Amino acid sequence: MNYFPDEVIEQIFESVTSQKDRNAVSLVCKSWYKIERFSRERVFIGNCYAISPERVIERFPGLKSLTLKGKPHFADFNLVPHEWGGFLQPWIEALADGRVGLEELRLKRMIVSDESLELLSRSFPNFKSLVLVSCEGFTTDGLAAIAANCRLLKELDLQENDIDDHRGHWLSCFPESSTSLVSLNFACLKGEINLPALERLVGRSPNLKVLRLNRAVPPDTLQKVLARAPQLVDLGTGSYVLDPDSDTYNKLQATVVKCKSIKSLSGFLEVGPRCLPSIYPILENLTSLNLSYAPGVHGSELIELIRQCVKLQRLWILDCIGDKGLGVVASTCKELQELRVFPSDPFAAGHAFVTEEGLVAISAGCPKLHSLLYFCQQMTNAALITVAKNCPNFIRFRLCILDPTKPDAVTMRPLDEGFGAIVQACKNIRRLSLSGLLTDRVFLYIGMYAEQLEMLSIAFAGDSDNGMLYVLNGCKKLRKLEIRDSPFGNEALLKDVGKYETMRSLWMSSCEVTLGGCKALAKQMPTLNVEIINESDQVEIGVDDEQRVEKMYLYRTLVGKRRDTPEFVWTL
Amino acid sequence: MESKAHEKDLNLKATELTLGLPGRDEIIELPNQNKKRGLPVDSKNEEGSTDAKNAQKETPPAKAQMVGWPPIRSYRKNSLQANKNAEGETATGIYVKVSMDGAPYLRKIDLKVYKCYPELLKALEVMFKFTIGQYSEREGYKGSEYAPTYKDKDGDWMLVGDVPWDMFMSSCKKLRIMKGSEARGLGCDV
Repeated sequence: MNYFPDEVIEQIFESVTSQKDRNAVSLVCKSWYKIERFSRERVFIGNCYAISPERVIERFPGLKSLTLKGKPHFADFNLVPHEWGGFLQPWIEALADGRVGLEELRLKRMIVSDESLELLSRSFPNFKSLVLVSCEGFTTDGLAAIAANCRLLKELDLQENDIDDHRGHWLSCFPESSTSLVSLNFACLKGEINLPALERLVGRSPNLKVLRLNRAVPPDTLQKVLARAPQLVDLGTGSYVLDPDSDTYNKLQATVVKCKSIKSLSGFLEVGPRCLPSIYPILENLTSLNLSYAPGVHGSELIELIRQCVKLQRLWILDCIGDKGLGVVASTCKELQELRVFPSDPFAAGHAFVTEEGLVAISAGCPKLHSLLYFCQQMTNAALITVAKNCPNFIRFRLCILDPTKPDAVTMRPLDEGFGAIVQACKNIRRLSLSGLLTDRVFLYIGMYAEQLEMLSIAFAGDSDNGMLYVLNGCKKLRKLEIRDSPFGNEALLKDVGKYETMRSLWMSSCEVTLGGCKALAKQMPTLNVEIINESDQVEIGVDDEQRVEKMYLYRTLVGKRRDTPEFVWTL
Repeated sequence: MESKAHEKDLNLKATELTLGLPGRDEIIELPNQNKKRGLPVDSKNEEGSTDAKNAQKETPPAKAQMVGWPPIRSYRKNSLQANKNAEGETATGIYVKVSMDGAPYLRKIDLKVYKCYPELLKALEVMFKFTIGQYSEREGYKGSEYAPTYKDKDGDWMLVGDVPWDMFMSSCKKLRIMKGSEARGLGCDV
């Protein structure tokens, strides 16, 4: 029963923005459900196979912004065959047919074709924003269609996609009348770029705030572009190889000085020696710095650079910074909230670039740190316990020891106690990735303490089914669980089948679950899709229930078995 | 490491003096045994580059790495590899095809194995059982009916030996040992 007219309630709902809150609001009563569904503009679909596009459109006819995620997370690491699924096409077709006033599309790990991009560009006259993260299946021809047809385009953001680069002409497809660009990121493109077209495009985009270039853009073009866009807030350079004694260098330095608004810096895909001082003028205002694709920036040059980034909140770096370099980060970047340290040479054993020492230094110097991704050579329990004490505010904690079953480097014991300390101290931890030598004990701790945990990644850990059971029983808010190469089997899988309906998905590969176990689960839970991915050529797969399943991915869904499975995927 | 395997044979552990009761083992080894799926490579490969080199000698470089580990996005991994290739530092070597006029099939060699032209030419002589003449800038390879040539980045066939070794290494796409009149044509002043 409503005490206010619908319009007033609608007004109030406008302030309710998070999807979680809107979902809650829609459950209160039929009337609120109705008001909410007609007024919802932003929809987030964490698994594109959990629901059909038609049902989304039917429920939310006012849809303007759609976020879709396709492949499971482990697809990032080549564990999922490319054609597994996550196709955009059916979504675009349904949105076009439904005459949805789509303005924004954000995709992650989906297969996007040029055909889809073409259809997208022609079907939604108000389309403003396209963000593609880790997608594949399209070429620069698809981008040309977007550029040419989306008259009101504000944002084209391509992050780490695998794009077939045909030519640099897509940039010239932005019509001369297009002046609405706010954000353009094509750093992941591998091919040549039409440089004059780029300069003209930037020149006629007075609202441009974000510009991330690819490797093919040389420093002199960068200078010209910056000269036309001193209002930039976020810059990703392309190639930064130039002669420090040249005219170009001086011009570039003079131009950079004028870009007083730049808060986020990335790129430097190629760097020449002694070129970096040209960007020193903007370092003191930076809140975000990504040098994780800049292996050419290292040693004392890197340290000198970091020393000036006193306002940094987010830092993505390569491990060649070393423990000492992390010490400099710790003493300089007091506002640091997010740190990612990537391996510069993942397969070279014996190069101890960063260890537990660097992490401890960071935790001591940066109390505001809440998100961490740390690839390192080794770790100790003592270090993790110290880190937990220094930084009890972790929300995301992902540790990757390059040798996945390495024990505590000093005591040679498992790292159970260290991770246990992390989950016990960090009451708000939502995402956790484990590595190193780990027994069932660490899972006992996680089940006991990680009350807010939503996503857990496990590799080469645990001793028995108990490990997995501790997690499934204890972590009430668990949404995504992904496990590889760990000894968890049918007993753990089948103990509480209802749990999976409260989760988005479960991935298990190279574990102990058998075909029989998966079949039993599928039978008991018709609201789950239990998919077996079988890449071997064995024809006998499917006959022997005792056979271990190499890769299983299960997820809750409202629309049953999907109809686009490739031949190597079998839905039970 | 090989020495550890040797130690096991001698059962040195049984005769080792320790303070513990006899018959008790290190805790560390058990969890590894429980994992049915061990690492495809000997798990003791975290120490030192010598082990990495040994692994490479035994198995093709690609197999020395686990699928999907370390967990880095393919995009990033490919970027790293591209960077390393650009610097000419691939761990996997620079393999180029070598054809010899008249031979029934081609061979492949790793240019990184050789430090200079004489080493490369000697290897080719051994591989194809022929002799290359004496190199001179003016006359090419004199004294034999063979001339070693290579295809460069632009697609042109060049005489081996004219450019510095490093430049050759980064521009050589293919090798061809020319024979007879064709070879003599290359040796002439133009």
